Amino acid sequence: MSEYITLSLILFTIGAVGVLVRRNAIVVFMCIELMLNATNLAFVSFSRQHGNLDGQVAAFFVMVVAAAEVVVGLSIIVSIYRTRRSTSVDDASLLKS
Amino acid sequence: MFDLQWLLIAIPLASGALLLVWGKEADRFGHLIGTVASAASFVWGAVLFAKLMGSDAEDRSHTSRLFTWIDTGTFHVDMSFTFDQLSGLFVLLITGVGTLIHVYSIGYMEHDDRRRRFFAYLNIFVAAMLTLVLAADYLVLFLGWEGVGLASYLLIGFWQHKPSAAAAAKKAFVVNRVGDVGMALAIMLMFAQFGTTAIGTVNATVPGATQGAATALGLLLLLGACGKSAQVPLQSWLLDAMEGPTPVSALIHAATMVTAGVYLVVRSHGIFDASEAARNAVIVVGLVTLLVGAWIGCAKDDIKKALAGSTMSQIGYMMLAAGLGPAGYAFAIFHLITHGFFKANMFLGAGSVMHGMEDDVNMRHYGGLRKLMPVTFATFAIGYLAIIGVPPFAGFWSKDHIIEAAFGQNFWVGLGTLVGAGVTAFYMTRLMIMTFVSAKRWHPDVHPHESPKVMTIPLIALAALSAVGGLLALGDWIQEWLEPVTGAAEHHELGIPVILLTLIIVVIVALGIIAAVVFYRREPIAAETPADSSVSLFARAGRHELYGNEINDAVVVRPTRHLTRFLVWLDGMGIDGFVTGLADRLGDTSQFLRKPQTGFVRSYALTMFGGVAILVLALLAVTLA
Repeated sequence: MSEYITLSLILFTIGAVGVLVRRNAIVVFMCIELMLNATNLAFVSFSRQHGNLDGQVAAFFVMVVAAAEVVVGLSIIVSIYRTRRSTSVDDASLLKS
Repeated sequence: MFDLQWLLIAIPLASGALLLVWGKEADRFGHLIGTVASAASFVWGAVLFAKLMGSDAEDRSHTSRLFTWIDTGTFHVDMSFTFDQLSGLFVLLITGVGTLIHVYSIGYMEHDDRRRRFFAYLNIFVAAMLTLVLAADYLVLFLGWEGVGLASYLLIGFWQHKPSAAAAAKKAFVVNRVGDVGMALAIMLMFAQFGTTAIGTVNATVPGATQGAATALGLLLLLGACGKSAQVPLQSWLLDAMEGPTPVSALIHAATMVTAGVYLVVRSHGIFDASEAARNAVIVVGLVTLLVGAWIGCAKDDIKKALAGSTMSQIGYMMLAAGLGPAGYAFAIFHLITHGFFKANMFLGAGSVMHGMEDDVNMRHYGGLRKLMPVTFATFAIGYLAIIGVPPFAGFWSKDHIIEAAFGQNFWVGLGTLVGAGVTAFYMTRLMIMTFVSAKRWHPDVHPHESPKVMTIPLIALAALSAVGGLLALGDWIQEWLEPVTGAAEHHELGIPVILLTLIIVVIVALGIIAAVVFYRREPIAAETPADSSVSLFARAGRHELYGNEINDAVVVRPTRHLTRFLVWLDGMGIDGFVTGLADRLGDTSQFLRKPQTGFVRSYALTMFGGVAILVLALLAVTLA
């Protein structure tokens, strides 16, 4: 059982580091998805370990929210790309002026 | 009929306003409008005065209300004017002498591009002075008072392209403001004490007030009077005011402005009657000024400044007389009127001399003008005889009365006035000798000539008035005429017969003349002003106006400057320092705080992760513990 949790931890860490170090918005986005899926894996593993369905349900919720988030996030990235010809998150720093 | 007395003010005021707004096309006839307006005011004043003379003694004070000026709660001020024995005399003097000065100015200012404007200011001056003397309320009087200050500022600085004239105008204005503070405080005190500022009511209720209030009122009014009448210690503006065109000097010194202070004291006789201390202060101020003015008059080589010194001195006589109480009020006014005649005469005469001498004012460059300017000389000589008090000219009668009254008050005061009379004779004789009699000293390029008729006719008229002005006191007419306004005089015993005192005065005057003749006829007069180091201490002090400006500088100007500098420093270091310091510290803090805001999403994300990590660790620590 602890292998699943370990895998989940590794995936989450990869995602987290990817968010922190990558500049390409798409990759950052993918890393976020990776972290979400790592949590899903942890949810499902714990659900099985405890023998109830709460974790499974939570995983579904996460998936739904992630799907919605992908729609919003990708459209933001596309519109940024249209205006700035770049998907680097470092370029999108208008608020700092 | 007396309800229309406001026309006296309205005519010159309207004319002045018209001349100011009317454009260039009025340049050709603007001066005529101004003169006619002043003359019309004089005619109307004369009609009213004649009517006054024709009515019974009890029926000679006419107050007419024009409109309600201020009406708030208990404070009520009417725009009302009083034409009575005192203001009537003043109206005639102001408009009469004023009109002659207008006529003279037509010639004097002929070559000035801004003559129309000059006449507009003259009209405003006359209107303001008439407001001052006709006012039935101290607040209305104050309106005229400030109007006079404004008009004098505009006229003294009329040749504003000269920095000295602009400075002199400013000085007159600023020094007058000091006096105005006294005046304004007096009016406020009246309202606080009596609830009204109507002149009649205030003077009638003063005897019921406390001694302290009456004295305070008297001293504050005296401060105001000192400012307008150029009395010590507010005398310094008068000599600088000579920067204005000469007719302005004549107007300021004879008919308007400097007479305002004397008028104020006489008009407020109720206040001064109630306070002996205030009266004594007036006497002291008058006495000091009359001696200081005479001193300055002795030392100046500038003909206008010498005359200005004599004005100070003569106004000092009037102030002193006004300070004597009911015994002197009538004589103060009498001397004011005769002085109005002969001083206007002499100032216009000096203007005529300057006109012929290409605007040179230094008497050392004159000499022997008697033959070249016969009319100016003859009229000036009459003014001269009048001011030094040679019988039977006007000044003799008025000054004689003041000296008598002064001796009735106090021996030393009387002696001061007697000395003043002798010194007056000395410096006026000096002026006459240097200008008209001695050998000619002018530059060969200068061609002195007599002035045109438009200038000499006013001179002749004023000379005639200077000669016969003494008739006003014939059979004590002026005392009886003014008695309802100023109160009856109690008679003082002099201890010596009046005729003997008169004789003494004449002898003193004669001594003054002889001294000047001996002094200035014995050897030729230097054509240039001797250096300060070669003249006596006495003359040096006189030349520097007894160091009045230096004293003002040391006592007022410099300490104020230091105070200002200190306050500026305090403001910069203390108050601004605290506020800007606080802002600076806040700014620094913000600068520090904005560093984490890099604009990189990654760093924000790192912060979030770090925060979450700390939170999780904390939770773990709590649960495990």
